[in-house]
Amino acid sequence: MDTFVQQLINGLTIGAIYALIALGYTMVYGILRLINFAHGDIYMVGAFVGYFLAFQLGFASGPTLFGLVIVLIGSMIVSAIVGMAIERFAYRPVRRYARMTTLITAIGVSLLIENLFVARLGAAPRAFPQLLQERSYTLFGNAAISKSQLLIFGVSVLLMLLLQWIIFKTKIGTAMRAVSFNLNSAKLMGINTDAIISFTFALGSALAAAGGVLTAQYNPQIDPLMGIITGLKAFVAAVLGGIGNIPGAVLGGLLIGIAETFVVGYGQNVGVPTTFRDAVAFAILILVLLFRPTGLLGATVQEKV
Amino acid sequence: MKRILVALLLLTTLVFALACERRGGSAAGSTSGTIVVGYYGDLTGRTSNFGQSTKNGVLMAADEINKAGGINGRQVQIISEDDEGRPEKAATVATKLIDQDRIVALLGEVASGNSLAAAPKAQAAHIPMISPSSTNPAVTQVGDYIFRVCFIDPFQGEVMAKFAFNTLKAKKAAIMLDFNSPYSRGLTDFFEAAFKKFGGQIVNKQSYTQGDRDYKGQLTAIRSDSPDVIYVPGYYGEVGVIAKQAKQLGINVPLLGGDGWDATQLWDLGGDSLNGDFISNHYSVDDPSPSIQKFVADYKGRYDRVPDALAALGYDAMRVLADSIKRAGTTEGPKLRDAIAQTKNFGGVTGTISIDAQRNAIKPAVVLKLQDRKYIYQETIYPEGMRPNTSSAPSNGSDTSSAATQPASKSANP
Repeated sequence: MDTFVQQLINGLTIGAIYALIALGYTMVYGILRLINFAHGDIYMVGAFVGYFLAFQLGFASGPTLFGLVIVLIGSMIVSAIVGMAIERFAYRPVRRYARMTTLITAIGVSLLIENLFVARLGAAPRAFPQLLQERSYTLFGNAAISKSQLLIFGVSVLLMLLLQWIIFKTKIGTAMRAVSFNLNSAKLMGINTDAIISFTFALGSALAAAGGVLTAQYNPQIDPLMGIITGLKAFVAAVLGGIGNIPGAVLGGLLIGIAETFVVGYGQNVGVPTTFRDAVAFAILILVLLFRPTGLLGATVQEKV
Repeated sequence: MKRILVALLLLTTLVFALACERRGGSAAGSTSGTIVVGYYGDLTGRTSNFGQSTKNGVLMAADEINKAGGINGRQVQIISEDDEGRPEKAATVATKLIDQDRIVALLGEVASGNSLAAAPKAQAAHIPMISPSSTNPAVTQVGDYIFRVCFIDPFQGEVMAKFAFNTLKAKKAAIMLDFNSPYSRGLTDFFEAAFKKFGGQIVNKQSYTQGDRDYKGQLTAIRSDSPDVIYVPGYYGEVGVIAKQAKQLGINVPLLGGDGWDATQLWDLGGDSLNGDFISNHYSVDDPSPSIQKFVADYKGRYDRVPDALAALGYDAMRVLADSIKRAGTTEGPKLRDAIAQTKNFGGVTGTISIDAQRNAIKPAVVLKLQDRKYIYQETIYPEGMRPNTSSAPSNGSDTSSAATQPASKSANP
């Protein structure tokens, strides 16, 4: 029993990270009908910005709560700017062309970011400094939860609530919903659609960057290609939940995280090797596309952001 | 315009090709002139600590040889290539070194998977290759031009099994292996066989792949079988994280590993979580023998850091090669090959090196305990039939019993 609970906690932890990244995919899709394939790399950029901030500001020497908060927020701001820049210089110029053009541009941007980082910093993994005094709390039996896991849960829930508030309770959120409903009508109503799109990219990128810094507390190994697989899984999570649907992205992320952990934890008992952990996400993608292309929550919910 | 550009491009390519051809041509297979030796290793990839340490060791040995007047009066030049830790790239750079740079011998790699990819190129060209630290047995089985100056995994796996069973009194072991690495799979098999032979039991076996982000799924499954020790024969990048996540899950039994753990980045990733773990390795920097202490001091003076085992093996590989060229009197492939094969009782930093009929070195291994960023010497374990030799083998003080296992200090944390 405690093993099962432990695997559930493990799955929810990585699921929460997938959910944070999936939110960015789903928001951008909701507004532009664009799969932003560079989004996984923003998660990587977030981790690296956090890494350099921690060293530059002198927080790398010892764990402090203050340092963690500053690094987290700093990385979110810088990555938001990077996300906006990508939108401004790569996607906006090609937005009026066929959707395929933007999609290919996105793949190009993704490769560009990855290889720029490899060229500048090398492909060797780096060790992210510990910003959180690690401790484990025993729940019952053997089931334990660590501080970094609590941090991931806490911060993700906080950010998701914040996002919900922005979208439903603020003026800019209303504008976002209007743009996602119909871009041209929104423009006719006097909404500055370029600014709204820019803001959406900033929000999504900040969430992905938070995911990057949080994972780095859980697993300190960061490298320029870390965003590829994680980004793809988050994309699958967004599709599973129903792309364009915000609660769907969170649900999808958590489900993918749990599915992956259970394949690792219990797969061997039924003859599935642990190395299938990455394959399970894509198997889910194929099943979703075959049997429920709208995703779990995609068909019933109207508001898309 | 376009045609002129194409013509220009072709011309530059041709000039380039010719230039490369000429550069190497003079040194090949002669008895005079500079001796060009190729080194390939992971300088920028996932195991770059390995490649850089080994390169440091090789370069230091080459400089010392040159300062002492070279080999038979000939200077040594090292041409180094980066394989980024990828087997396919290792094969490419090995080909480049052999065909373009006309090297007389090839040094590298650390990771067995990369050595296995490059070795066929050296074998086909009849260029002797010495791997400083690839421990998988298959590496030297590629052909009669492939050598190594380290022990092999059947021995390394057995050393840890012996230590776990005899010294740590472990009865139940779990294994966590890197699924795609020949090194890790080989060690797993040999550890498992030896541990079972001693009477132990393998209670759980889990696998991961390089670059995985999360290991808690596997570790939770292992924890449910409550093993006495967990054998993790992987490379430092993943192992550091595994150690950290194991502690987060409340797993407090020691993790055991091999020489793949020996890198400074291990500590950046794992930190205090690594305290109390044990590894098997090629040598110990704490060894009081004068040759080791001189090497450690020289290396520190040159690179401002403590040499890990891979640096020491790189140093030894270069010196074994130099010694062989000296004895052969030539750098011609077949004669040099024979000279390397005849290496007997060469006094290396990592122990006395004798090349056996399978082109492997027969050497003892040390067991080290990890504590606060240090590797603390525990004991030396000798291969069967090899007697501890007080003059050359690492020993700690007066305790030189004739038994195969030579305890230096009792483990405090079984």
